[in-house]
Amino acid sequence: MSQSSIIDIHNLTKYYGKRLIVQDVSLSVPRGCIYGFLGRNGMGKTTTIRIFLGMEDATRGGATVFGEDSAALRPETRARIGYLPEGHHVYGWMTVKECGQFQAAYYPKWNQDIFEAVLTHFRLTSSMKAGGLSRGQRAGLCLAMTLAPEPELLVLDDPALGLDPVARRSLLQSMLYVTRQADRTIFFSSHLLSDVERVADRIAVLDGCVLRADCTVDTFRQSLKHFVLKFRETPPSMPEIPGLLQSFRTDRELAVTVANPAADLESRLAELRPESMEPVEMTLEDAFINYVGERGEKTFFMNGKEAK
Amino acid sequence: MSLIFSVSPASDIPIYRQITQRVRRALVLGHLKVGEQLPAVRTLAEELVVNPNTVARAYQELIRDGLAESRSGIGVFISERRQVFSKEERIRRLDQSVEQLAHEAILLDFPLSEVQVALEQQWKESHRKTTETGNPDGRKK
Repeated sequence: MSQSSIIDIHNLTKYYGKRLIVQDVSLSVPRGCIYGFLGRNGMGKTTTIRIFLGMEDATRGGATVFGEDSAALRPETRARIGYLPEGHHVYGWMTVKECGQFQAAYYPKWNQDIFEAVLTHFRLTSSMKAGGLSRGQRAGLCLAMTLAPEPELLVLDDPALGLDPVARRSLLQSMLYVTRQADRTIFFSSHLLSDVERVADRIAVLDGCVLRADCTVDTFRQSLKHFVLKFRETPPSMPEIPGLLQSFRTDRELAVTVANPAADLESRLAELRPESMEPVEMTLEDAFINYVGERGEKTFFMNGKEAK
Repeated sequence: MSLIFSVSPASDIPIYRQITQRVRRALVLGHLKVGEQLPAVRTLAEELVVNPNTVARAYQELIRDGLAESRSGIGVFISERRQVFSKEERIRRLDQSVEQLAHEAILLDFPLSEVQVALEQQWKESHRKTTETGNPDGRKK
């Protein structure tokens, strides 16, 4: 545990009854970082968030936020955290202005200028009824309510879900705006890899209940190598290669994707005597799908240094 | 300062490299001149809606490649051309571009003679622009 980390999750395990949700997850989020939390649906992202925010108990292990045990966060510490839950629920009978007043009553600090700036950004006016807002507008209202208390730690659970491209862009701009002030930390979960690539410093990948990556976006991309080998005749069968995620054969080609490639990967592939061999750059999305897709092996961990 | 462009995260080219490519292009086209200041990291990051560290990294690469220099406390500026690459590296980079050009021309069914004409024209055009603007890419022979 380092002093500069804002969220520290250690060996977190959670069962609902007999069902395992997350297993032995350890992760720390440094101060000032924009952290993207990735994983397919039902992989325990929301549960992990709820546990480190102290809204649910862990079965084993636990977490600290601002150095305080998540299971016993003091109200003063909670006031430093802004949490935007999934779904963006609001009381439909309130106006936008009343939503703000309602929220403000719960926080010691409330910056009305920020509240109004975010509303304007999402083209909301204070007299609008919350119940009549579009999804994007509702997200904007909830974001305004979350940002106005000027939280040092912002936790967004799938904030872009169901938003149109314009609202998504506004959301990203708001996130970057928040980090204008040094020492503001953002932890957000998302399925939109392109959004993640734009704004995230680091990513964590939760897959099949376990954490499978905790590194920068670039490291993630660089740790996955994709090669296309061309042959004059039918490609030979694939040899044992450490870290092989996928291989795909056609008539004259063999395409392989490898995680955490060993230094001798290229020479091993060259031993197959292909006519040509080309490395192919992958997009973050392709890399992600290859890494957590159904056919992938599940035994790798990426931390930017070595395979575990 | 005309660095108007956008980045595409869904690309197989990392965002920081898209930024360096755009700056290089602006240099060759004469849109950026020696001594001109690049936008502040924060400003460009917000304009492109990307993480500021990504822009900072792109600037680092430009500095490393001898195209820009950092003046402490002020910002990053387009610098006088310094050749930071070894002869081998320059040849490697040239070969790479030529290979791409050759592939493209062959796929489009152009004879070598036409490619040569086109290259010569482009060379003159680019050279004129970069030398006129006193650009670091426009080396005088």
